[in-house]
Amino acid sequence: MNKQQLKQTLLLSLSFLLLYYTVVYVFSEKTDIKNEDGSFVEIGNDYFKNKTIEWIIPFKEGGGGDTWARFNLPYFTKHLSGNPVVVVNNIPGGGSIKGANLFADRVKPDGLMILGTSGTTQMPYLLDDPRVRYDYKKYKPLMSYPTGGVVYCSPSLGINSATDLHKIKDIPLKYASQGPTSLDIVPMFSFDLLGLNVDAVFGFRGRGAGRLAFERGEVLIDYQTSSAYIKNVKPLVAMGDAVPLFSFGALDENGNLVRDPSFPELPHFGEVYEQLGYSLEGLKWDTWFAFMSAGFGGMKLLLTPKETPDEIVSLYREAIMAMKKDEKYKKEKPVALGFYEQSVGEKAEKIFNLATNIKKEEKEYMKNWLREKYDLNI
Amino acid sequence: MIDLVLQAFQSLFDPSNFMFLVLGVLLGLVVGVFPGLGGIAGLSLLLPFIYGMDQVAALATLVGLVAVIPTSATFSSILMGIPGSSSSQATVLDGFPLSKKGQASRALSASFISSLFGGLFGAIILTFFVQIARPVILIFGSAELFMLAIFGLSMVGSLSGKSVVKGVLACAFGLLIGSIGAAPATGEFRMIFGINYLYDGLPLVIIALSIFAFPEISELFRKDRAIASDEAEFKTNGWLDGVKDFIKHKWLAIRCAGIGTIVGAIPGMGGSVVDWIAYGHAMQTSKDKDHFGKGDIRGVIAPESANNAKEGGALMPTLLFGIPGSGSMAVFLGGMVLIGIEAGPSMVTTDISLTYSIIWSLAIANVIGAGLSLFLSEPISLLTRIRFSLLAPFMIMVISFAAFQATKDMTDLWMLLVFGLIGTFMKRFGWSRPAFLIGFVLAAQAESYLNMSVQFYSWSMFVRPGVIIIMILTLISLYFSRKGSVDENVELMEKANIGGKSMNRTPQLIFAIAVLVFIVIALIDAYKQSFLGGAFPMIISLLALPFGIGLIYILYKNDPKSASVFDAEQAVDEGTFKSPWYEPMLWIGGLYALSGLIGFVPAIILFFVSFLTFKAKTLWLKTSLLTGGAVLMLTLFGYFLNLKFPEGILF
Repeated sequence: MNKQQLKQTLLLSLSFLLLYYTVVYVFSEKTDIKNEDGSFVEIGNDYFKNKTIEWIIPFKEGGGGDTWARFNLPYFTKHLSGNPVVVVNNIPGGGSIKGANLFADRVKPDGLMILGTSGTTQMPYLLDDPRVRYDYKKYKPLMSYPTGGVVYCSPSLGINSATDLHKIKDIPLKYASQGPTSLDIVPMFSFDLLGLNVDAVFGFRGRGAGRLAFERGEVLIDYQTSSAYIKNVKPLVAMGDAVPLFSFGALDENGNLVRDPSFPELPHFGEVYEQLGYSLEGLKWDTWFAFMSAGFGGMKLLLTPKETPDEIVSLYREAIMAMKKDEKYKKEKPVALGFYEQSVGEKAEKIFNLATNIKKEEKEYMKNWLREKYDLNI
Repeated sequence: MIDLVLQAFQSLFDPSNFMFLVLGVLLGLVVGVFPGLGGIAGLSLLLPFIYGMDQVAALATLVGLVAVIPTSATFSSILMGIPGSSSSQATVLDGFPLSKKGQASRALSASFISSLFGGLFGAIILTFFVQIARPVILIFGSAELFMLAIFGLSMVGSLSGKSVVKGVLACAFGLLIGSIGAAPATGEFRMIFGINYLYDGLPLVIIALSIFAFPEISELFRKDRAIASDEAEFKTNGWLDGVKDFIKHKWLAIRCAGIGTIVGAIPGMGGSVVDWIAYGHAMQTSKDKDHFGKGDIRGVIAPESANNAKEGGALMPTLLFGIPGSGSMAVFLGGMVLIGIEAGPSMVTTDISLTYSIIWSLAIANVIGAGLSLFLSEPISLLTRIRFSLLAPFMIMVISFAAFQATKDMTDLWMLLVFGLIGTFMKRFGWSRPAFLIGFVLAAQAESYLNMSVQFYSWSMFVRPGVIIIMILTLISLYFSRKGSVDENVELMEKANIGGKSMNRTPQLIFAIAVLVFIVIALIDAYKQSFLGGAFPMIISLLALPFGIGLIYILYKNDPKSASVFDAEQAVDEGTFKSPWYEPMLWIGGLYALSGLIGFVPAIILFFVSFLTFKAKTLWLKTSLLTGGAVLMLTLFGYFLNLKFPEGILF
C-alpha cells in the first residue's frame, strides 16, 4: 500500500459517492405529508403526480395475491389523479408474515406504500402467531375483495349432495392440507363441525397439489377457491368424477352469510350445518363465522395506515370507483379475477372489520381445537 | 391433430406474432445472463406491455422469455462457474474446467446446440404426449414421488468423489441443511437458532451460489490469473469443435432430452434435479469416466439437453392442471391468468389449438435463442482471457446481487458468505459439493412425500407398481455408479501421493469435527420435535453419525493411501496461491459489512475503487471507468427491473 494508491482510492471514492448521492437527491421524491411544524400539507388532486406508489404483496410472483395486484395495477395508474407509477413489490416468506411485517416497520401515512393482504395473512394474526408484528387495528381498508370456496367429494363415497353427509360420518377420510395455520383451517374446522371423520395430511404446497391428490384418488374430499373450482373441478363434476357438496357462502351488504353468488345452486355451510340439527349461534358457530370472514369474505384487503389523511383515501376511492366503470376492466376482470366485486368505502370497512376482529373466546376456542385435534401448541 | 398443429404454426408465423416471440426471446436472453434473476425479473419487465395485446402474441412473448432462460444462463455457468439458473448447476462441473483449459467457446457451442436440440425434442414429444398426459401424470402419486426423490439421491453414487465416506457425509450434510425451517408435516420450526431468516429454510439460489461459485471465485482470486490459465491453449474456432462434439454424442443428447421432458412433466419433482440426473446418467453410461469433472464435453451436453427439454415437460402440469412444474412456470401461469387464459382440462379439449401454439412457440424460441447465443459464444468466450483481478469485483457484485434477489434481505448476503466459507472448505478438503447440493435440493421433497405416502398408503406403498419400477431403476443406477465417481481433485491427489509430502491434518480434522458437531446438533433438535416433525432429520443424522466418526478416525490415524485424507492447500505447487485463503473472505465480508452500514450501491463504489487500486493496481482512468460502468449497470438494472438493493442502517 503506497501513498499514491491511497490518494487514488480516497479521491475516487469521494467523487463517486458525491456523484451518487447528488443523483439520488435530485431524483428522490419529496414525500413528507407534514410541514415542519407538524401540520399536514395541503393535499390536492395533483398529490400523486410524479410519484411512485409501492404496492407490497407478501407473496411470490405468479400466485393469487400477486395476480390480483398486477391486474389492478394499470387501472390504478390510469384512474388515480396525477397518474402515479404503481409498482408491485413482492416480499414472500413465512406464509406472508415477512412482507406484512416489513410493511408494518416501514410504512408512513402518505398513501405511497400500500399492502395487499390475503386470508393467509389474516390467519396467523388472528391466532397470535409470535412472529406477527403487523396489527390490523392500525390500518384501514382502501379496497376489499372476497372469494368463495366449494367443498366436493369423490363419487366413490356414494353420496349425491350435502343432505347425505350424515351417511359418511363413520368413514375415515383424509384431507390434503397446506398446514394447520393456513387458510385450510376453515375447511378443516368445517369438516369437524359437520361431524365428519376427516384427518388432515399436511405438507401440500398449494391447493393445486391438493386437487391433484384428489384426482389421483389419494384423498376423497377436498375444497378449491372459486376460480380454481370453476376451471378445474367443474369439468370433473361434469364427467361424474366429483360431487359438489357445499360452498362456504358469501357476506352480503350487512355482513350476513348468504349463498355464494357464483354458486347459487349450492347450499352454503350454514344451511348444511342447520340441516344437521345445529343452530347458527353459540361459540362454535361464531368461531366458524369469524374465521370464514377472515379467510374468504375479506380474503384480499388493500390497506393503508389509519392516520392516512382522508384526502388521500378519497383519491384512492375515486380511482377505484372510476376503475369499476372502465369498459376494459368490466370485460377483463371476470376472467382474470372472478365474479366477485371489489368493494370500497363503507362496504370495504364493514368487511374489513368482520375479517380482522375476533373475540377472545373465539380465538381461544380455535386454539384449543387445534391443540386437541392436531396436537399443535400455538 | 396434424391440421391443429399446422394451424398453430400458421398463427405463429404471422409476422406480428413472430416479432413478439423474438422480442420475448431477446428479453429472456438478456435477463437470463444474470444469474439468479430468471423469469421473474423478466416477467415484471414484460407485464406492463402484454396488457391489451392479442392473446397469441402475448403468449408468444411469455413463452419466448421462459424458453431461453436456461439457454443464456449457460454463459455464466461455463465462463465463470456461477450456476446461472437452478437447472444449470451440473453444467458448471465440466463446463467451467473447459473454460479454464481455454475451450470456453467449444463448451458454449456444444451446450447451445444441445439446448436447441433439447428444446425441439421436448416439443416433438409433447405434441404427441399432450393428449394422454393427464392420466399419465396422475399415475405419479406421493409414493412414486418419494421413490423418485430417492432415485435422485442415488445420483450421489456417481458424484460422491473417491472417498465414499466423505460423499455420504456431504449428502447427509446437505439433507440436514435442507431440512432447516418449517417441518413439512407439522409446521414446527427446526434448527432456526433464533434467526427469523431461517423460518422458510435456506433459498436454493444462495446455496448453489455459495457452494459452487464462491469457492471458484476465491480460488481464482488467490491465483490471480485469467480464468483460462496461461498454459492453456486458447482455441479459436472452438465453436465448430462444439458442434462436432454434439454430433458425436447425439445419442446421449437424445436420452437426456427424454429424461428432461419426463422429469419436467412430473409435478412436484421440480426442475432443480433434472440436470443432476442427466449428468449422473452420462457418467453411468460412459465407459471412460476419467475426464468427468475435469472438462469432459459430455458433462456439458447431458445437462444442457435435459434442462431445455425440461421446460417443455413442465408445461404439461402447468397447462393441464394449473400446477406450475417449475419456478419459471409459476410466473408463466400468473402471466397467463393476466391475459385471460386459465389453465385446466380444457387445454386438451376446447383450447387445444392454444396448447399447440404454446408448445411450438417454445420450440421456435429455443431455436432462435440458441442460434443467437451460438453466434455470440466465440466473442464472449474472450472474457476468460481477462486478468482475474479485473473480473473479480464484477463477479462478486453479480453473485451478491443475485443472492439478494432470493429474499431481498441483508441476511441473504451473510448466508452467502457463511455457506461460501463452507463451500470453500468442502472444495479444499475434497468433500463432494454436488452430493451436498443434491441432498439439499431433495431434502424437502423426500421428507414431505415420505410423510404423505406413509399416511396415505402405509406399508402398501412398496407394492405399488410405479414404486417398484422406480426402485429397480434406482438399483440399476447404483449398480452402474459403482465403477467410478466424479472427483474434481483426482489430479491433485495423485500428485500429493507421489510427492509423499507429510501433511498437516489439523485443518481437515477441524472441518470434519465441525460437520460432526452440526450433525449432533441436528439430532438433538430433531429429538425435541414431535414425532412427525423430527423423524426425518433424526433418521438422517443417525445414519450420518457413524460415517462422521469413521472419517475422524481415518483422519486421526493418517493412512496416506486413503482417499479420505486430502487437503488441496497442501497438495498444490508452492506459489500457486498468491494470497492467504481468508483474504477473499475479508474483501467480500468487508463489502457486506459496509453494505449493511451505508447501503449496497455506495459500498460497491468503495469496494470497486479500493479493490481495483490495491489488488488490480489499475490507475486513475481505468479505475474510474470500471467503477463507473459497474455502478451504472447496477442502477440501470435496478431501475428497469424495479429491483431493490440492500439498504444501510446509517443512511
